[in-house]
Amino acid sequence: MLFAPVNRIIPFSNVDGPGNRMAIFLQSCPFQCWYCHNPETINMCIHCGICVPGCPSKALAMTHGKVHWDESLCEQCDSCIKICPHLASPKILTMSSDEVIDKLSEVSSFVRGITVSGGECMMHPEFLEELFGKVKALNMTSLIDSNGFVRFEDYPRLMDVCDGVMLDVKATDPKFHQQLAKHDNASVMDNLRYLLSVNKLTEVRIVCLPRFDEQNRKTIEDVVSIVKDQARIKLIRYRPYGVRKEGLDILGSASLDEELFLEYRRYAQSLGAGEVVSV
Amino acid sequence: MSTAYEIVTDTTLTYHQQFINLAKLGENTDTTLPYNPEFLKAKEAGMICDLFEGALPFRPRYILPDYSILMKNGSKFLQLDPPKDIWEATSALMIMYRHVPSVSSFPVFLGNLDELLDPFIVDEQEATKAIGLFLLHIDRVLCDSFVHADIGPKDTKAGRIILKETLRLQTAVPNMTVRYDSELTSDEFGALCAEVMLSTAKPSFANHKMFSAEFGEKNYGLASCYNGLRLAGGGYTLPRLRLANIAKEATSIDHFKNVLLPKYVDLMTEFMDLRIRFMVEDSAFFKSNFLVKEGFIKQENFVGMFGLVGLAECVNTLMGIEDKKKGYGNNKNADDLGEEIIAHLDHLVSLHKAPYSENSADRYWLHAQVGIERDGLDSSPGARIPIGSEPEIHKQIAHSGRFHKYFPTGIGDIFRFEETWKNTPESLLDIIKGAMNAGMRYFSAYCENNDVVRVTGYLVKRSELEKLDRKEAVLNGATVLGQGSRDMAHALDRKVTK
Ligand code: SF4
Ligand code: SF4
Repeated sequence: MLFAPVNRIIPFSNVDGPGNRMAIFLQSCPFQCWYCHNPETINMCIHCGICVPGCPSKALAMTHGKVHWDESLCEQCDSCIKICPHLASPKILTMSSDEVIDKLSEVSSFVRGITVSGGECMMHPEFLEELFGKVKALNMTSLIDSNGFVRFEDYPRLMDVCDGVMLDVKATDPKFHQQLAKHDNASVMDNLRYLLSVNKLTEVRIVCLPRFDEQNRKTIEDVVSIVKDQARIKLIRYRPYGVRKEGLDILGSASLDEELFLEYRRYAQSLGAGEVVSV
Repeated sequence: MSTAYEIVTDTTLTYHQQFINLAKLGENTDTTLPYNPEFLKAKEAGMICDLFEGALPFRPRYILPDYSILMKNGSKFLQLDPPKDIWEATSALMIMYRHVPSVSSFPVFLGNLDELLDPFIVDEQEATKAIGLFLLHIDRVLCDSFVHADIGPKDTKAGRIILKETLRLQTAVPNMTVRYDSELTSDEFGALCAEVMLSTAKPSFANHKMFSAEFGEKNYGLASCYNGLRLAGGGYTLPRLRLANIAKEATSIDHFKNVLLPKYVDLMTEFMDLRIRFMVEDSAFFKSNFLVKEGFIKQENFVGMFGLVGLAECVNTLMGIEDKKKGYGNNKNADDLGEEIIAHLDHLVSLHKAPYSENSADRYWLHAQVGIERDGLDSSPGARIPIGSEPEIHKQIAHSGRFHKYFPTGIGDIFRFEETWKNTPESLLDIIKGAMNAGMRYFSAYCENNDVVRVTGYLVKRSELEKLDRKEAVLNGATVLGQGSRDMAHALDRKVTK
């Protein structure tokens, strides 16, 4: 049985794929995007203990050099993740695939399946393969929400049990991607083509940023020229909520102008995209 | 109760509202019915409540006429021929509504509108206009939130037009239910209903399979808040046990179950017997009303509704639980006791032979009453979990599934959703399907920022609440109830599903 660090599980989610789904967020991500809305999912906790005294409900304690989180005492005030200087969270549960399936069973009559997100869930591909096999046995579907860092073609057995991938393409310009996410995008672009070729590309997600009109347009152009009308394109409007200071300094504390955002949508459509949704 | 002088000088009441209040005042001067002094004592002490039905019942509380008879035969008393087109059909219904009595003197059941109107839909544009005007008329003339229309379970042209116009008009009246069965209702129609519900707080979803099993597939309707009643019949009367208060009198769980409950069940059933006998045997209604004479209703299709409120607080009191978040709805032992109490109550009620309840197995049927504004925070509606203490939505649904089967004449839950759900009505439909499979009888939802919102079972407009806050008269008589429930029971602060 395999295990993975779970940041949280949302029993009902209407934004992570078709229909109502259970959304599972796994911890850790190789990217560090300017606009990350949940930076506490980026790193694994290093058990430095800095967050422990800041917990108002005594839900955190250090035992044998490790932070221990008592879920029953936690008020979900999120003080700990605001305090943590390491882009981590002490509220991580290490769960087995069976434990995740148990959670799914509680809501199985209300959902069509699961969507696994992060962090970057593809940091745990073997776990996903095991989990998705069990989900399939329940006659439900499994989707992946990924930043495309890990190459999907290296995991053919996972692809067999995965019903689709929602892929973030943060930027198609390699240099800009490097600045924005602190990593290049070679594997992201390969994944885009690969997933399309094996018919597992459910959706491509592009975040439209203020102050980077040219990059926004370039990413939309390049993605549409590859994907054409073969997958839904979801344009996401930059919003400053949860973004840390580094990102706010570069992107500002206002959401992307609504008119401009709608213009991007029309632009994508004019280039021959199929379904374009904007959120 | 206000005095006549107070009523006629109250500037927040419309003329019609004053008129109804004055009539009630008059009715209550009568002393014909020999109410048991023990009952009156229990009422005074807050153990039983008669919901201000009036001292001398001169009509059943809720009436569900079979309007298909109007479509087929017209009405002799109303001098109406059977309608031939959509204009005549909507006009005939509007005329008849004026003559259907109820406890509020507004008709609480408008019929299965899509079934009634679908045969008349020839030109869709014309039908849209006719139905739009019909719905507008209902909101402005039958201005009471307990006026209720049904649609479904089948996907029809008329049903879609009704939903489209409901979305456009954004009115609180009529309250509306879709009778939903995932095997009979198309996903497209279900999702359309969910979409309209998220924007206007209606229609609510009724579990058609469940109601059909109890009443027969074509034999029921949803009236008033969420009251499941027999078509061509209705509900005679609805008093309620105030379980939260009764629990305070108990010295132990055993005392509550085996001494107090039987005592109050006896007092309440005796009270119901008395009123129903008078209604059927003495009042003019069942003898001379055209609804009876022309077959729109039949006496044997009526049932007495045995109401209760405050199960949550009752259980918490009996178990000595002070923190609501750790009590009923969030605690297996508390939920078990809750179900044990309801099952026991149902048994006690079933032992009593109810008069004139021929088609209802000669017994009174349980109803989870939604509460009234003055109940405040100490008594949650029916068997609901207290507002502010709701667990995650799937747990709340599972909880409802345990209790809904006991209440054929009405129980339901309301869920508040965040705005993003408006973009994904099919996701909400997934939840509703799951809820019905889990045994939920009645599911209502609305979005946080709507103008039309669901209070406890009925709808009000926030904009009208604001008018009332400024002490201006408003058209809808139920707005004042909504104001009370908002202020005293925090009825609009329920948990939001993100
Ligand atoms: S969120 Fe963190 S700080 Fe807040 S109660 Fe829970 S563990 Fe403590
Ligand atoms: S969550 Fe952050 S602050 Fe707390 S122990 Fe882990 S790394 Fe340190």
